[in-house]
Amino acid sequence: MGAVEEINGGVMDAKERYKSGVIPYAKMGYWDAHYEPKDTDVIAMFRITPQEGVDAIEAAAAVAGESSTATWTVVWTDRLTACDVYRAKAYRVDAVPGTGAGTGKEAQYFGYIAYDLDLFEPGSIANLTASIIGNVFGFKAVKALRLEDMRIPVAYLKTFQGPATGIVVERERLDKFGRPLLGATTKPKLGLSGRNYGRVVYEGLKGGLDFMKDDENINSQPFMHWRDRFLYCMEAVNKASAATGEVKGHYLNITAGTMEEMYERAEFAKSLGSVIIMIDLVIGYTAIQSMAKWARKNDMILHLHRAGNSTYSRQKNHGMSFRVICKWMRMAGVDHIHAGTVVGKLEGDPNMIKGYYDTLRENHTPVNLENGLFFEQDWASLNRVMPVASGGIHAGQMHQLITYLGEDVVLQFGGGTIGHPMGIQAGATANRVALEAMIFARNEGRDIWNEGPAILQNAARWCKPLQAALDTWKDISFNYASTDTADFVPTATASA
Amino acid sequence: MRLTQGQFSFLPDLSDEQITAQIAYGLKQGWALNVEYTDDPHPRNTYWEMWGIPMFDLKDPAGILMEINECRSTYPRHYVRVTAFDSSRGWETPRMSFLVNRPAEEPGFGLIRQETAGRTVSYTVRSYSADRPEGSRYA
Repeated sequence: MGAVEEINGGVMDAKERYKSGVIPYAKMGYWDAHYEPKDTDVIAMFRITPQEGVDAIEAAAAVAGESSTATWTVVWTDRLTACDVYRAKAYRVDAVPGTGAGTGKEAQYFGYIAYDLDLFEPGSIANLTASIIGNVFGFKAVKALRLEDMRIPVAYLKTFQGPATGIVVERERLDKFGRPLLGATTKPKLGLSGRNYGRVVYEGLKGGLDFMKDDENINSQPFMHWRDRFLYCMEAVNKASAATGEVKGHYLNITAGTMEEMYERAEFAKSLGSVIIMIDLVIGYTAIQSMAKWARKNDMILHLHRAGNSTYSRQKNHGMSFRVICKWMRMAGVDHIHAGTVVGKLEGDPNMIKGYYDTLRENHTPVNLENGLFFEQDWASLNRVMPVASGGIHAGQMHQLITYLGEDVVLQFGGGTIGHPMGIQAGATANRVALEAMIFARNEGRDIWNEGPAILQNAARWCKPLQAALDTWKDISFNYASTDTADFVPTATASA
Repeated sequence: MRLTQGQFSFLPDLSDEQITAQIAYGLKQGWALNVEYTDDPHPRNTYWEMWGIPMFDLKDPAGILMEINECRSTYPRHYVRVTAFDSSRGWETPRMSFLVNRPAEEPGFGLIRQETAGRTVSYTVRSYSADRPEGSRYA
């Protein structure tokens, strides 16, 4: 790999430059190999697959142009503006390892593009994304395009509220420290009446979970309207709290067709004393930011289900990386986001997921190509987001989950709780015992990666529900190759 | 009932040796250990009584265990918890919290339901132990 040679850049005389007609983007000023990004610049890194015959630098310049000021032809009105400032500048193009001539894979390039801060409205994800992913992904000169990473300058971050609550305050409010939180999604996700639904919530919480959860598509349907769900769930939450002496919660999904309906549902959740509400990614960036402001104002934890993300984040050549979604959602202000399990049923390469989790939880992340982090990022004291691991995980994987994901995470065992042979309470207890035993052992200095199964077996000797869980799911694992993997690991996985 | 607050309430009650190992972990992270006790473990009762101030300068797990044991022998029928405070930037909050003592009989909590407009219920969790004056609970 190495920087692609500059072949068609270069400065033109102004009179020549603004003559009517069409000239290459690189020549219009959207390519500058000598540009040094300012600390206040927004930087985006795209994986570019140019059309046959389109030069990589011209393709990168075109992306810069189409995501900032350019149109397809020269316009004299540029000369009424400080257009040099407003033009995004592609300043670096690298060949993607394992692609191009001799690899059997079509050539891809990493193109780095810098944008002046004044191109963006303060505090608006909608505005940021209207530029960065607005028109450019349909642009004909590129066969495929993927937004891999962004560096958000501190100056821009400071115009965003960030997570309404954050990991630190969430833990203080819940009075839960030093271990992952435990949750489960109510199953079946569709069809239960409010009364039956609340039963599942109560059993899970009383058995030892901290949270139960609505699923992404449970809103207000003929079998259960939202007010009914909220009322029964809060009965379950409060009853479980009294039974255990712990703060408990249920993520009440307030996703609805209009903002007015979402506010109404959020207000009702608040009036019932819920500590947490939930939204889906599909409601859109502006709606998410609005709910984050509402959550901050109303002392509410805001859970985000990433419904829809895989439609554009999973394939490696087109769309955007989930790490960029993580960045935008931390700026937009959610407190929880589903970010992968590594070991469960949904897509997730360990290195990639480490990158997502660091992006959500750390105050500063250095460049780490193995984990897909192409930029150093200072989070400017925006609160930490709690990642949520959900989908096909069970108690027998506890040592793997804690090794991969750490302790600031919500582990959600839906089927792994509700599908327990001795019942939902027993399923919840099995998970809680496995969790506490593993954190306890880790703190004692034991090697949980290798001793994990023995630690679980030992706890199962006095905890029958855990024994039953281990027996039921002992052979369950989801070993499929990931599609979204690092380009920079020594053991390959070049390009999908 | 069994109060399940703290990191390890689903495990069997901890031995002195096990408590020492957990303290050693907290000290190794650079956290300050603190002992607190209460006779009202309501889930929203944040401020348990402090057994002295956090032991910022005590780095010996055995010394901290001594403080725990003194607290336990003074208040054998109270809940006693150990909390580890992290002063590092961006955290500045407890990072561990676990129970090291609980009364033999745990009366638990009642749930008071106040029925209000529509089908809405206003809930209050009430500690049965708080029926008696402070200090004479669990007598």
